[in-house]
Amino acid sequence: MIPELGHFALGLALALSLAMAGFGLVGAHRAEARLMGLAPPLAMGALLAVGMAFLCLVASFMVNDTTVSAVVANSHSLKPMLYKISGTWGNHEGSMLLWVLILALCAGAVAGFGRNLPSALQSRVLAVLGLIAAGFLAFILGTSDPFGRVWPPPMDGNGLNPILQDPGLAFHPPLLYLGYVGFAVTFAFAVAALIEGRVDAAWGRWVRPWALAAWSFLTLGIALGSWWAYYELGWGGYWFWDPVENASLLPWLAGCALLHSAIVVEKREALKTWTVFLALLAFALSLLGTFLVRSGVLNSVHAFASDPSRGVFILALLMLYVGGGFALFAWRAQAMAPTGVFAPVSREGALVLNNLLLCSVAAVVLVGTLYPMFADLVLGQKISVGPPFFNTATLPLAVPLVGAMAVGPFMPWKRARLWPALQKLWWVALMALAAALLCLALEGVRVGPALGFFAAAWLIFGAAADVAQRVGLFARPKAALGRALALPRAAWGGALAHGGLGVTILGLAGMGLAVDRLALLKPGESVELAGYEYRLEGVADAAGSNFAARRATVRVTRQGREVVTLHPEKRSFPLARMTTSEAAIHTTWLEDLYVVLGEEREGGVVLRIHDNPLAPWIWLGAGIMALGGGLSLSDRRTRVAAPAAKAAAKAAGTVRA
Amino acid sequence: MSEATPNPWRRRALLGLPLLAAGGAGLGFWAMLRGLGTGSYDPHGVPSALLGKAPPDFTLPPLAGSDLPTLAAADLRGALARPVLVNFFASWCVPCVIEHPQLMALKRQGVPVFGIAYKDKAADALGFLARRGNPYTRLAADEPGRVAIDWGVYGVPESYLIDRQGIIRWRWAGPITEDTVAADLGPLLRRYSA
Repeated sequence: MIPELGHFALGLALALSLAMAGFGLVGAHRAEARLMGLAPPLAMGALLAVGMAFLCLVASFMVNDTTVSAVVANSHSLKPMLYKISGTWGNHEGSMLLWVLILALCAGAVAGFGRNLPSALQSRVLAVLGLIAAGFLAFILGTSDPFGRVWPPPMDGNGLNPILQDPGLAFHPPLLYLGYVGFAVTFAFAVAALIEGRVDAAWGRWVRPWALAAWSFLTLGIALGSWWAYYELGWGGYWFWDPVENASLLPWLAGCALLHSAIVVEKREALKTWTVFLALLAFALSLLGTFLVRSGVLNSVHAFASDPSRGVFILALLMLYVGGGFALFAWRAQAMAPTGVFAPVSREGALVLNNLLLCSVAAVVLVGTLYPMFADLVLGQKISVGPPFFNTATLPLAVPLVGAMAVGPFMPWKRARLWPALQKLWWVALMALAAALLCLALEGVRVGPALGFFAAAWLIFGAAADVAQRVGLFARPKAALGRALALPRAAWGGALAHGGLGVTILGLAGMGLAVDRLALLKPGESVELAGYEYRLEGVADAAGSNFAARRATVRVTRQGREVVTLHPEKRSFPLARMTTSEAAIHTTWLEDLYVVLGEEREGGVVLRIHDNPLAPWIWLGAGIMALGGGLSLSDRRTRVAAPAAKAAAKAAGTVRA
Repeated sequence: MSEATPNPWRRRALLGLPLLAAGGAGLGFWAMLRGLGTGSYDPHGVPSALLGKAPPDFTLPPLAGSDLPTLAAADLRGALARPVLVNFFASWCVPCVIEHPQLMALKRQGVPVFGIAYKDKAADALGFLARRGNPYTRLAADEPGRVAIDWGVYGVPESYLIDRQGIIRWRWAGPITEDTVAADLGPLLRRYSA
């Protein structure tokens, strides 16, 4: 009964979404308030229906209803409850349903919070979101119905891929989807603007919170995925330039460019065509990622449910939305005349530079990701594009990007001079140089890490200098605290996000100094790495709820002093016939001690031991970036976009965002 | 970015560029999906390390009970009259049944097809050939599957095209279908027959 209810709710949601699209577009075109007024309640109705369907699927997983095919394929009665629930979206059908649920939530938010939007714009945005939702609902109902029944029901499910039974991964897809789908809203705003043929400062102000929210969630999602890869896959790596990882990085880069260029639209009414293009691009890249992962056209470690017939459907949707968006862009973007011209050396000039560099990085990653596929298709050659290409190709773009990131916030709008901005940064440069020299002194001639430490210090202290300058820490130290409290949250958010990237780069630079060794140890033997002594005490059997494990006990000491006892494990899941290795990690915040249990032979075990300096800061930095985004989002000005707030900010002497 | 481009047509072309790129990528993806269906595009396929090289050294016993000569590396070295197809098969392998008519067609065209029965009992393999017809002119038995490992075979059926100089030119993992003959094997046979 519950699955049928879910299935019905999906059909209902499809009908409501189509109605929302129709009424919204026609109403806005004819300027009929009654038709336009239908769009928000329809969005709420669609949200209720999709939410209902999703809850039905969660309920089926929770009670382990083995008559439902998705449950049989992906769940098992012995699985812990958390993973039964996360199993709902740990498979293709459920994850598509989650995707649509988040889209419906976004549409609901536009309907609920968008009362101060002009009603034509609001109904067009809702109509576009309705079209997107309808397409994906049709995809779910047509090719990947999560509520399909199995008869006769098997005794129990086939279990979930054990690698995916992990708290980090339970929340990785929802966060990524919040990001991807958030860009659907900016896409809808861009399409609405193209239909209206008008982009103004207000449009920039409405788009920016969505771009910020999507970007923040995507930052968290990517960081969580990378962290998961680090502790679960047991390779000691955190980013592999795998096509699927790149697919999530691409919309992040485009979104990052978008949220910066939207500032220029808001403040200076320039870069309109470009901003609309970025809004279209960010969603296009999100959809591209969905297509690449789901269709099976690429070779990746993230082998997901791949099925060419689904691939054709997603490709059709991709072409419909992306092609439609870009066609509208080619046809209508001409109409958007810029009102202001601007000098290359200015805040907006710096933001243009930021956009150019971010988009170049995105282009490099896109080419590196797609080239092997197209080379295979067109030339019949098997090529693998790996980390060496991405590292060497993105580094020359990342250096000026990071360089400009600290300088940009010091440039005033309209017209600036570079030299005064640089003068304010002399002590930042000194600190950065000191960080690089310290690295060289401690670790010898290692160019990469030294450059990394320079960049990290440059960004972190640059962000600090930005805040210090805004609150007048050096000019009027006594009034600084009061001014700090009065500083708009967007200013804090921006500085925090920039500093957060610095923290991430700090972690990356530290990981550049990581060392590891492989050792065959018998119980009682020990091995030394980076000043720590790792002693194998023994290996024993251990049991979990749905797996059996071999568990090693490794005592770590430093100069005879006890540090920690680590328990790396190898788990075997009898149902899935898989073994996973659980790395044991101890972090001192300055470094991670990371031990992986290998195979047992000749009475001993193989241990792989890593010493990863500053590793946790990679993900901590991403968290800070997302926090910055959230703080900026909570700023009154981005929330209500009221003109009065702008005037108040001007009065406080802080017009700079 | 090009807000101040003077020529409106150039600007128009520039604005159309994203559509063009998206269309091109879409066509490419569509071709990939089609290729996935027909087997001509396989992102997980690993190219054989033996392409462009001579086959590994091996000798195998003949398939007991057949009157055909066996196959050894010496039979594939240099100065062959025609390019030959070496085919790993087994009576227990269902895709081999799918592939069988194409092998028979090749035999009728005069292409020498050499068979290696992989992990198969001689009686079963003979029964398979007796029921369906024998496309092979040489027939060897690799019951332990050692030689297959040297060739890098990862499943049956799997076929290798060897040119007249004794160099491996093409490897096909999976059944040879009519499409495979039309799209890949046929053109290669014509090229290397010359």
